[in-house]
Amino acid sequence: MKSNVFVSRLALGIYLLIFFGYLLGPLLIMSLTAFNSNAFPSVSPWACFTFEWFQVLFHDERILNSIKNSVIIGIGTVILSVAMGLAASLVLTQVWAKWRSTYYTIIIAPILIPGVVLGISTVVFWDRLSRILGPASDALFHNGIFLTVLGQSTFIASYAMLVFVARLQRYDPGLTEAALDLGATHTQAFRKILLPFMRPAIASASVLAFLASFENYNTTTFTFGRYPTLTIELAQKVRYGINPSISALAFIIVVLTVFGAIALEAWRRNKLKALAVKEGTAPVGRSILPGFLRGNWAAVVLVLMSFAVITVFWAGQSYSPAQCKQRVLELKQAETQRRIQELQLQRQIKRQADALKGPDIFGPSSQSGTGTAGDNPFGGVFNPGNLEGQSGTGTGPTEQPKPEEEPKAAPKPSPFGGVFDPGNLDDVGGN
Amino acid sequence: MADGVGVDLDNVWIRFGDFVAVREANVHINGGDFFSFLGPSGCGKTTILRAISGFLDPSEGRVLIGGNDMAGIGPNKRPTALIFQNLALFPLMKIWENITFSMEVKGASTAERRKRADELLDMIALEGQGDKLPSELSGGQKQRVAIARALCAEPDVLLLDEPLSALDLKLRQHMRTELREIQQRVGITFIYITHDQGEALTMSDNVAVMRAGIIDQIGTGHDVYDRPATAFVASFVGENNVFRGKIQEIQGNEALMQSNRSGLLRATITPSAVGELKVGDDAMMFIRPEALALANGDSHDKARISAKVLSEEFEGNSYSVYLEGDGGKEMKMSMPNLGQDPEASRGQDLTLSYDVGNAMVMPAGELASE
Repeated sequence: MKSNVFVSRLALGIYLLIFFGYLLGPLLIMSLTAFNSNAFPSVSPWACFTFEWFQVLFHDERILNSIKNSVIIGIGTVILSVAMGLAASLVLTQVWAKWRSTYYTIIIAPILIPGVVLGISTVVFWDRLSRILGPASDALFHNGIFLTVLGQSTFIASYAMLVFVARLQRYDPGLTEAALDLGATHTQAFRKILLPFMRPAIASASVLAFLASFENYNTTTFTFGRYPTLTIELAQKVRYGINPSISALAFIIVVLTVFGAIALEAWRRNKLKALAVKEGTAPVGRSILPGFLRGNWAAVVLVLMSFAVITVFWAGQSYSPAQCKQRVLELKQAETQRRIQELQLQRQIKRQADALKGPDIFGPSSQSGTGTAGDNPFGGVFNPGNLEGQSGTGTGPTEQPKPEEEPKAAPKPSPFGGVFDPGNLDDVGGN
Repeated sequence: MADGVGVDLDNVWIRFGDFVAVREANVHINGGDFFSFLGPSGCGKTTILRAISGFLDPSEGRVLIGGNDMAGIGPNKRPTALIFQNLALFPLMKIWENITFSMEVKGASTAERRKRADELLDMIALEGQGDKLPSELSGGQKQRVAIARALCAEPDVLLLDEPLSALDLKLRQHMRTELREIQQRVGITFIYITHDQGEALTMSDNVAVMRAGIIDQIGTGHDVYDRPATAFVASFVGENNVFRGKIQEIQGNEALMQSNRSGLLRATITPSAVGELKVGDDAMMFIRPEALALANGDSHDKARISAKVLSEEFEGNSYSVYLEGDGGKEMKMSMPNLGQDPEASRGQDLTLSYDVGNAMVMPAGELASE
């Protein structure tokens, strides 16, 4: 029996470990890449500990601008979808008893419709409308912020509504009646009774709406116009080559999230404690901690975390990884040198072998492939001839001039913008 | 007190789809009265209250308050205040804010409101508790806050929807007297809804007894208890022994009924049925347990029933004695506790007597289901 319990506990422990690893592992890895000086986000090989990606991030105009757009759109979406969601939920729970389920289905439908469809339909609809209303409305109806807020709100309002419906189910309509009976107008009853009751739900719906708006991509991608949001900007960056400044941004977001969660918990516990003190049920004891930290681990963690952030920030001002980088650069150059020599040796051996074997059976295909690479829609990535050229060039600009029979060695527009080209590493990382 | 504002229901019908919740209600409530609607749950009494307070419009007929037709006037414009069954105190407001909500919506200043709240808190004996939240008060305290909140609106008519039903017995009895005192002090019309006949009888000047949307009887507590108009009222208000039978003879306002199991019984015809009840009609006769007594030799003028004692219950100030008549009819009798030994009489055949004036006979009808 005893060993059984032990085994099941062990299994549970392992399961939890795997589960949390799956959940948090990617975040951890990504956070680490923000501090590695390698130009491509990576953990191994670990080059140098650095804060430079944060600097790169804070000097990236496009990222900063897109964050600004995201925040503006997020706020707009919160206002619009909270208002719409609240109205929809009031109608659902208080007005239409007979058609409730039909109405519910209609209201909830936008959640089920793919965001892409919502994006396209938003653009098309407002475009049509602006044609009908004439050029005066053009500026507004083709404005990226306006369209994105509307497009996102179509489904985020439904999420908000679900939050409100849950809260409203606990509302006693008698309270509104009591207010009316005491002489309040309907507006007063709404503002003084129902709205204060809904406040927690409004807060959580706002947070939900803001996050949903902030992370939205597939609707926004059709509507953003000249105002790319953060997600759009990041996607474009990935397309044209990324560096760890994105990890740095992600790290900042993660830290802010954790910070917010702990702050909330600390505040909640403080409130509980205040209640306990009021009722006289709070445990009495001595502690070296100041009052607001006593019996509130979340507050303790919060303070520690603030210290850690301040320390790191301070250290970041004075810390310079230049020396380390220099060393890494030297190591790399040595490594490169070694590989070049190896390569040359291999080629020599190969050439000798070719000379012995006669004509290369891949010769013709290789020739035609390289010849037409320019017209190829895939930029020749699937051309076997490229393989040799690229895999062989672990050396980037420091590479020696290629032998004549390797015309592919010249840099070629790859669809991935060369992000997977290890040759770029030195290039950026060495700066 | 006589100058309070009266309420009239003029041929009021209230329907929900096919369901008739209130049928032809004609009620006149005097200004300054403590008036109760008494009836089992689902009889339409709350519906009537909601029609008076303005939360629903009668399908037919008129509601008049102080002689003014209230049609089309919303609950916030009527001179009524309602105390809800669940009290409906605003959970997020402090007690003093709750009490003075009616002033707040009229735009009164905080200082004014605090002052009035303190006065009302004094009145309901909750001095210094104004800054608490409703959740921090006990049931009886919340009750009083709800009353203060309603009174703060200075209504002409206060409507109370079973406000005591959630309280325990002791508190309920205490609140009864308190409510009555408040009503006499402020002198406004109280309209009280209850299914508890004890509440209705102790507090009210007048009572309307309702059954399934119909008002069976309106009268003082005495009227309703001693001279019930229908079999339903007789069986619903207080306890009663019911005898079924046929009318054999009528003399003035007295009738002789051939009962199914207890022989010939003499009783008074209830005032509302005089002239209506005919010889040969199906009838019911009611005798209160306390109206039955052991027959003495000298009580020749009284009617008699013979019965055997089955069991008795001791209730402190009295005994409830359960008896079985000759024909197997079960009866209950109430005797004051004067130190006698009731067990000695168990199994004995007794002769019971009653005053014909205390036995009421009326046309047979639906009984309240207990």
